[in-house]
Amino acid sequence: MQRMKFVIGGLLIVAAVIYLIVSSAQASAEYFMTVEELENQASSLVGKNLRVSGAVIGDTITYDPETMNLMFTIAHVTGDNSEIESQGGLAVVLHDAVVDPNRARVRVVYNGPMPDLLRDEAQAIMTGHIGEDGIFYADELLLKCPTKYEEAVPGQTDG
Amino acid sequence: MLADFGYGVLVITFLISLYSIVIAIYGEFKKSAVMVESARRAMLLTWPLLTLSALTLVYLLVNNHYELEYVWAVTNRSMPLYLKITALWGGQAGSLLFWSWLLAAFTSAVTLRKWDRDREFLPWVIVVSSVTLAFFLAMIVFFENPFAKILGPVPVDGRGLNPLLRHPGMIIHPPMLYLGFVSFVIPYAFAMAALITGRTDDRWIRITRRWTLWAWMFLSLGLVLGARWAYDVLGWGGYWGWDPVEIAALMPWLVGTPFLHTVMIEEKRGMLKQLNMFLIILTYDLVIFGTFLTRSGVLSSVHAFAESAIGPMFFGFIGLTLITSVALVIYRWGDLKSENSLHSLLSREALFLLAALLFLGILVISFWGTIFPLISELFTGQKVTVGPPFYERATTPLWGGLMLLMGIAPLSAWGHSTIKTLGRAIWKPSIVALIVPIAAYAGGIRQTVALIGFTLVALVITVTLYEFWRGARARSRKSDENFVTALLRLAGRNRRRYGGYIIHISMVLMAIGILGIEIFQTETQKNIAVGDEINLAGYTIHYDSLAQFRNQDGRYVTRAVMSISKNGRDMGELYPRFDIYPDGQPMTIPGVRSTLVDDLYIVLVNWEQVGPQSTPFKIYHNPLVKWVWIGTYLFVFGVLVAAWPEKEREYASARSRRKKAAYGTSGAD
Repeated sequence: MQRMKFVIGGLLIVAAVIYLIVSSAQASAEYFMTVEELENQASSLVGKNLRVSGAVIGDTITYDPETMNLMFTIAHVTGDNSEIESQGGLAVVLHDAVVDPNRARVRVVYNGPMPDLLRDEAQAIMTGHIGEDGIFYADELLLKCPTKYEEAVPGQTDG
Repeated sequence: MLADFGYGVLVITFLISLYSIVIAIYGEFKKSAVMVESARRAMLLTWPLLTLSALTLVYLLVNNHYELEYVWAVTNRSMPLYLKITALWGGQAGSLLFWSWLLAAFTSAVTLRKWDRDREFLPWVIVVSSVTLAFFLAMIVFFENPFAKILGPVPVDGRGLNPLLRHPGMIIHPPMLYLGFVSFVIPYAFAMAALITGRTDDRWIRITRRWTLWAWMFLSLGLVLGARWAYDVLGWGGYWGWDPVEIAALMPWLVGTPFLHTVMIEEKRGMLKQLNMFLIILTYDLVIFGTFLTRSGVLSSVHAFAESAIGPMFFGFIGLTLITSVALVIYRWGDLKSENSLHSLLSREALFLLAALLFLGILVISFWGTIFPLISELFTGQKVTVGPPFYERATTPLWGGLMLLMGIAPLSAWGHSTIKTLGRAIWKPSIVALIVPIAAYAGGIRQTVALIGFTLVALVITVTLYEFWRGARARSRKSDENFVTALLRLAGRNRRRYGGYIIHISMVLMAIGILGIEIFQTETQKNIAVGDEINLAGYTIHYDSLAQFRNQDGRYVTRAVMSISKNGRDMGELYPRFDIYPDGQPMTIPGVRSTLVDDLYIVLVNWEQVGPQSTPFKIYHNPLVKWVWIGTYLFVFGVLVAAWPEKEREYASARSRRKKAAYGTSGAD
């Protein structure tokens, strides 16, 4: 009897922790998507938190400094790092994606100051959601240009 | 030439650490005191040797020896002297050397103590710390040699440290964190020695008690300094982002903290011995894990991990030590049985146990969130990640529970405690604490989490102060001292207890800051021209001017002057800026006005086309965040009170008195 109440107490805590993990994971899970997957499954992804990465096509960038409305299009790049390596590195892959007119592409809308690194053939990593209209609405925009520094810094500097 | 010398010294130190492992084990089995002594002396050699090697590296760093890859990677000619010296821990190879150097220093300090009655621990403490040292040295010698030379022509200049790391916070943050990490090796070594020798009473805990406290303090400070650096430099308005690297540093803390508490129950009541063993083993392995992760950037991708040579080695070592240690605990399971059993759910020991479970719950959540992407990718092929909202949502109730326990546990009794006895002790402080949420509600605060949070903060503070007051009053009545003298003497005589209470208050002060920024942060972003204004949270921010110029060291600086006012009252100027280093790396430095009530945090967004006609600003209003840093100062004070060496023995319970009689007076702990 003495033992029982402690066992039950312990089990309750374990159950609570599991519940917290499961419910929080469902509420805030972010799905990594490539542009291709986004294009193919757009309708089933509405309402989910998504993280998409692609190559920025320089000609498509439009920015209105008054409303801070930023629009651009990204082209599909593979999400597989070893594939990127075998194709000659990130810079090459990004370049190929931008010049290939047959690649899957998606239009992106973001509201905020235009990031410095947003330029042709940069890698854009965005979190946000896809609208019924097939446009990706980004809440957070992170840009990567192949860097020469060791990855010693937490990558929290957004847009 | 000099580089070869530095590397040679490393190789010799590695061999010496192997020697001390072998000879200590051999000496132990042969019952040869001479051999154990030889192992001890070998151990003592490692620190001077590693000092020599580290100094060699510092010399090479300072004198621009760019023929070395490490020197090239972390320094360049334009860096000031102090940054060249601290570049010792600016990259992975140097960090490993620095880590080993600290470990050698701590192990030497431990082996120099008076061993008198603890002789049987000595060989095993040497073995465990030497195994750890040998592992790190092997990583350096075979995989991450800071003395490795660049193939081909010698570059004229180095690449230089990432500008984000050229900040005072980044100079002291890694050593603090490493101090914390490394000092946890010592209690672990003693725990293992206790398991191996079968002397599984609380002796190992008493010897390492102070070590653990210092370790915990450095670890905590390391975490706070990292947060401070992020707040000052990264320019995203916050200080903690639940980044995998941050979590890796937090995880040992999440186990070390309950360990500090549950060892008290083992000392006082002879309980939870098995749990304490598990906690210290877990802390040790999380320290190794954290050391690896904080420098390697491995979690950014699974593939980077597979490709890094030291990744599998680290995981192999962690697996091996974990299995060996757990096997030892199982082997001694019977000896680690509790001397008392838990009776009541509200007793002090039950509440401590509950706190430990909550900490472990937070640990599991953090760990799960970190490895979730890997697991999901492995089983479903779909890469899924969880961001800060996951951690915040999942851990908030547990943090709240811990705060509640900080309020209740000091008032509950050892052994037996019921709702009635606890209620009698707690109703007065509770009523006082309830003033806070009522005042907050009247002040217009409606967020439930904030109201609960502030109530808990108030509860902890009132209960803790009530404890001080109760103790001091009892003492002043009994001994005819005035109240203040009684208070000081009381705290002086029970340092660990009252130091702990001060730490509790410091923790909830930090909680005020965290609640403030998490719940009440507001932000805005806008492009404005010189002469325009932005309004946020009652502040009016007027954009006065913009200057762009080249600094002496080659940085291209863009700096805005903003004048701040609130309700027409002038509040001074802020200067947000961003610097572009000659190599193109940007660094954003926010303009911050910090008060006890709130911080105004202005970021000049780094953008190529910044000009006086159109400048993008991000402005954050962070209420109460300064309390995080204030709490930190109080925290250090609390640890100093708790850990300062004292003549009198604290916790002279019947149990420890019995022990003392059996063992004679205690040693050098």
